[in-house]
Amino acid sequence: MTPEKNNKTIDTILLIIFVAFLLGINIFLFSGKYLHFDTQGVGIVVAAFLTLAMYSFLYKDNPLFKIAEHIFVGIGMGMGVVLTWLQVIKPLLYKPLIRHAIFDNTPGTPDYILIVPMILGIFMFARLYGKTSWLSRWSFAFIVGGGAGIGIPVIINSLILKQLEPSLQPIFVDWVVTWQSINILLILVGTISVLIYFFFSLPHKGTIGGISRIGIWFLMISFGATFGYTVMGRMSLIIQRIQFLLTDWLHIIK
Amino acid sequence: MIKFLLNIDRRIIFILVLLALIIPLKSQIFNMPVKPTSTVEKIYKKIESLSQGSIFLLSSDYDPQSRAELYPMHIALLRHCFRKNIKVISMTHWIYGVGIAEEALKKASAEYNKKDGEDYVFLGWKPGFAMLIIGMGQDLYSAYPTDYYGKNTRDIPMLKNVASLRDIDYMIDLAAGATIEPWIIYGSDVYKFEMGAGCTAISAPDMYPFMQTKQLNGLLGGMKGAADYETLLEKGTLVGENLTLEEKTNLAREAMRPLTAVHLLIIILVIMCNILYLLTREKK
Repeated sequence: MTPEKNNKTIDTILLIIFVAFLLGINIFLFSGKYLHFDTQGVGIVVAAFLTLAMYSFLYKDNPLFKIAEHIFVGIGMGMGVVLTWLQVIKPLLYKPLIRHAIFDNTPGTPDYILIVPMILGIFMFARLYGKTSWLSRWSFAFIVGGGAGIGIPVIINSLILKQLEPSLQPIFVDWVVTWQSINILLILVGTISVLIYFFFSLPHKGTIGGISRIGIWFLMISFGATFGYTVMGRMSLIIQRIQFLLTDWLHIIK
Repeated sequence: MIKFLLNIDRRIIFILVLLALIIPLKSQIFNMPVKPTSTVEKIYKKIESLSQGSIFLLSSDYDPQSRAELYPMHIALLRHCFRKNIKVISMTHWIYGVGIAEEALKKASAEYNKKDGEDYVFLGWKPGFAMLIIGMGQDLYSAYPTDYYGKNTRDIPMLKNVASLRDIDYMIDLAAGATIEPWIIYGSDVYKFEMGAGCTAISAPDMYPFMQTKQLNGLLGGMKGAADYETLLEKGTLVGENLTLEEKTNLAREAMRPLTAVHLLIIILVIMCNILYLLTREKK
């Protein structure tokens, strides 16, 4: 038997053991009245199966992971379509406009101004057909133009001018050094050195090279802090899943 | 030995991580006191300073993928508001976040016998994002003619004196993505209301500059931020006040034990890998 075939056999055996384990555990949980055979109980079992199927990818890509992945994509898509209909198209377009065109006895008057955004929305789909794709540019022009006009002044104020303020604070007040002075000094050195690191019009040699090296240190510290937070975030996700498996599904933790 | 350790199968590390997560969950090992950070304390103190009947806007902009990190702080914030009889307006910019936002609001309001329309309002989801924030700032009733359940917002008693975002006393955005910046840019900076934020751990470092500029008054960063808030909430309980069973369920603080253990494991692994790397480099 070739090593590849051997590995496949091992994987198949592991898959069968895993499915048998899941079946056995769930039969035990239902028969022992740990889970009730109702929507909540079955829901917990399905959630537990999907969680374990997803994490089975840590071993290697396998059919169970693929099943869970496709269910996730399908449900996400289906839910998106339903919610968009219920919360966007129906209340914002169908009820105030389209319904009046279909049924004669609809109360109220149609909101004709909605025809404009409706047409612009339909134009977006024109991209799907080559000959009419130019129509979508009108919709995009509206989005880009409106977005830029509304966004640019407030973004300059909130993200540039206000963000500059901490770098322009006096370092010493009455020549007294406080913790605040050190913080302001660090912000100032960090901002300038990182800006110089990303300034490529001059060769990074001599003084410029030295300052850009300090900039690299600031960047490294910031990457380290982000990595630390990322570890915490990812571990929080798995902890919640393990809590679910041990508490709601297996009842090991009360 | 060094070669073996450097080429160790990643699945062994996965098993070590799994053990570091499961053992502290089952036992009380790594049970350390949670010391709240100053960024969390600022949010807590702000809500404490609000008087009865103040209007608090909670935008829960996350979906089930980030539930683990943001739901504990979501519940803790709602409990704090309802305990202090603060009126809550809840909404979401994320279409998949509607279910969670509604669930959290129903759960916390039921614990304190709060009524829909009188003590809280759920506006649900609406498209538009930045445009919606601007619309809310100009006229809340036009931006949301009805609440999530179809009730006319002009007829909701709680919203009688809330015509726009200018009438909000405090606002928190619970964000899994880039929604905090638009809330600052188009919301708090324009309509002048105080704002805090809660976010996933991965985006927390990006939010610190907004605290230096006081565009955010505080920040709840990831699971640790939620655990800090739960600690403050428990400390703030009046003497003799009995906590309900639900209030004793500290979702985030329970997760601190495995989080400490797994962080310790990762630190050890990182140091070990660096030592092994330096040893092999010296040999070369």
